Amino acid sequence: MSADVLAVAEHRRGDLRDVSFEVISAGRQLADALGGELHLAVIAGNVDDFAEKLNREGVDVVHTVSDGAEFNHDLYHGALEALFADLEPAALLMPNSVNGLDYAPAVANALGLPYVSDAVDFDYDGGLEATREMYASKVETTIAVEETPFAVTIRGGEWNPTEEPGEAAIEPFEFEFDADAAGSRVKGFEEAGGGDVDISDAEFLVSIGRGIEEEENLKLVEELAEITGATLSSSRPIVDNGWLPKNRQVGQSGKQVTPDVYLAIGISGAVQHVAGMKGAETIIAVNTDPNAPIFDIADYGVVGDLFDVVPALIEQFS
Amino acid sequence: MKILVTVKEVAEAADDFEIDGLDIGEQYLEYDLNEWDDYAIEAGVQLSEEFDDVEVVSATIGPERSEETIRMALAKGVDRAVRVWDDDVAAADLDVAAKTRLLAAVAAEEDPDLILTGVQANDDGFGATGVSLADELGFEWAAVVNHLEMSEDLSTAHVHRELEGGVDEVTEVDLPAVLTIQTGLNQPRYASLRGIRQAQSKEIAAKGLDDLGLDADAVASPIERTSMYEPESESDAVYFEGDADEQAAQLADVLTEKGVVGE
Ligand SMILES: Cc1cc2nc3c(=O)[nH]c(=O)nc-3n(C[C@H](O)[C@H](O)[C@H](O)COP(=O)(O)OP(=O)(O)OC[C@H]3O[C@@H](n4cnc5c(N)ncnc54)[C@H](O)[C@@H]3O)c2cc1C
Repeated sequence: MSADVLAVAEHRRGDLRDVSFEVISAGRQLADALGGELHLAVIAGNVDDFAEKLNREGVDVVHTVSDGAEFNHDLYHGALEALFADLEPAALLMPNSVNGLDYAPAVANALGLPYVSDAVDFDYDGGLEATREMYASKVETTIAVEETPFAVTIRGGEWNPTEEPGEAAIEPFEFEFDADAAGSRVKGFEEAGGGDVDISDAEFLVSIGRGIEEEENLKLVEELAEITGATLSSSRPIVDNGWLPKNRQVGQSGKQVTPDVYLAIGISGAVQHVAGMKGAETIIAVNTDPNAPIFDIADYGVVGDLFDVVPALIEQFS
Repeated sequence: MKILVTVKEVAEAADDFEIDGLDIGEQYLEYDLNEWDDYAIEAGVQLSEEFDDVEVVSATIGPERSEETIRMALAKGVDRAVRVWDDDVAAADLDVAAKTRLLAAVAAEEDPDLILTGVQANDDGFGATGVSLADELGFEWAAVVNHLEMSEDLSTAHVHRELEGGVDEVTEVDLPAVLTIQTGLNQPRYASLRGIRQAQSKEIAAKGLDDLGLDADAVASPIERTSMYEPESESDAVYFEGDADEQAAQLADVLTEKGVVGE
């Protein structure tokens, strides 16, 4: 085993995703602590072009695997197993993205590596010590991993992307991949349902979460939105329940929004929700739970019951 | 066809809580069916209604208390349940690999064609067991599934995987497979009174490591939780004080000041 780190880049439909540059920072941090090199793998698609863009400060080698056009977990699984066997790194680092969720646990299992997901920070001092959240982000924990090598996935947005150009060696990596034998086949992509309102353009979003409890209570926030000239958006459970169309959902799997004001009502502030709205200029949260994670990113907080606060607010503008 | 659905009882923290050592104090925790598993149960039950001769079996790693949650799954139409627990399991800090070994042993006994799991459990949020289990069993898989259609001959699942930013990946998966189910795939039903009554007579088979042909090594883990704490609030939020009317007045002022609400 070497002291090196093998990190995995991510791309979709021809573009590298932001997390690719974050895994470089996280990987460099880990490689420095281990005293090794940072190796980056980029698999499928236009890998030569990707490798050039991934050649950033701190990367020692970019390994390119040119099979396939897009993400396929059988391909990633096979390529990473082979590359890991070849490099014998001390750590395998992957993004905790939707595609990460689809290959990282399988690779860790196949390689028999201890696995920690969704790290928001880590340290290495003879063993990995990773920081993660639990109980819907209400607490943080540290997790110690006694064995090296190990596999860890990182949460997007927690490490600053590496911007400076680097001097990495770019090395094509060949391995046997039989695409016809793969038991899953990606057929294409589909955009989630459209609609007439584009919440990503709105200056003022009134956003409602599960705190609203019942569909018929939505009238209350609709009234608030109307009287204040705001656009109505929501967290995921509202859309899952079919109370609002998908194009109103803010978050990782919904829309990214950057309004002047985001008024989050009865929304806890789960990481996947925050991913979509943390770019708002001013965030105001109304929540009964003073420990709700949404208050950590709010500029203004109202600890209170929305069924009292929203009618009172409507009153203010009537 | 046999469908195995993994069902986890998860703990939720009360609004106000205290940490006791490495966990939230027991008195501040409430137990419930994992939100994502509810959708997985619904998916399994719907398939059993759509196709002939489908048995839906749930598998849970959990103490006796979790039978309450398992009964909810049975009341919603799961045919029978397996619950894995014993002193060794109780004493272990179960990591993904340990859970994988336990569930793989259940799967080896049950020999399912399809395994449905939630994308993640909302207590520890690891989001890994389903895909790890697929690898262990040599099954195919798909993670974060928000649309599912089965081919008539039950050989292939046509799924959408919900990627970031409102884009779905359209994928075909050969069975046997593990699918990790995202919320919104369906509308989980409420248990009917009849279902609740019927659930009382359905089997929950309790199994220990021995019964599964495993020993204590199966739950040994190189991973250990070493601390739990409330994150230091990075918040510099200004809180509006007073009753609802006073809070609303201050909130209205801010909205007007920011210029998003007209004069
Ligand atoms: C892969 C993946 C992708 C995801 N993508 C998204 C996404 O794009 N967008 C998204 O939002 N989520 C997404 N999620 C789900 C996310 O993890 C959370 O489950 C979700 O955001 C929770 O929504 P919520 O805050 O409305 O509900 P909850 O977490 O249930 O919070 C409800 C809040 O309302 C408060 N409340 C209750 N009653 C009242 C009252 N009377 N007055 C005031 N406050 C009250 C409670 O204190 C609580 O904080 C995703 C999850 C996964 C695994």
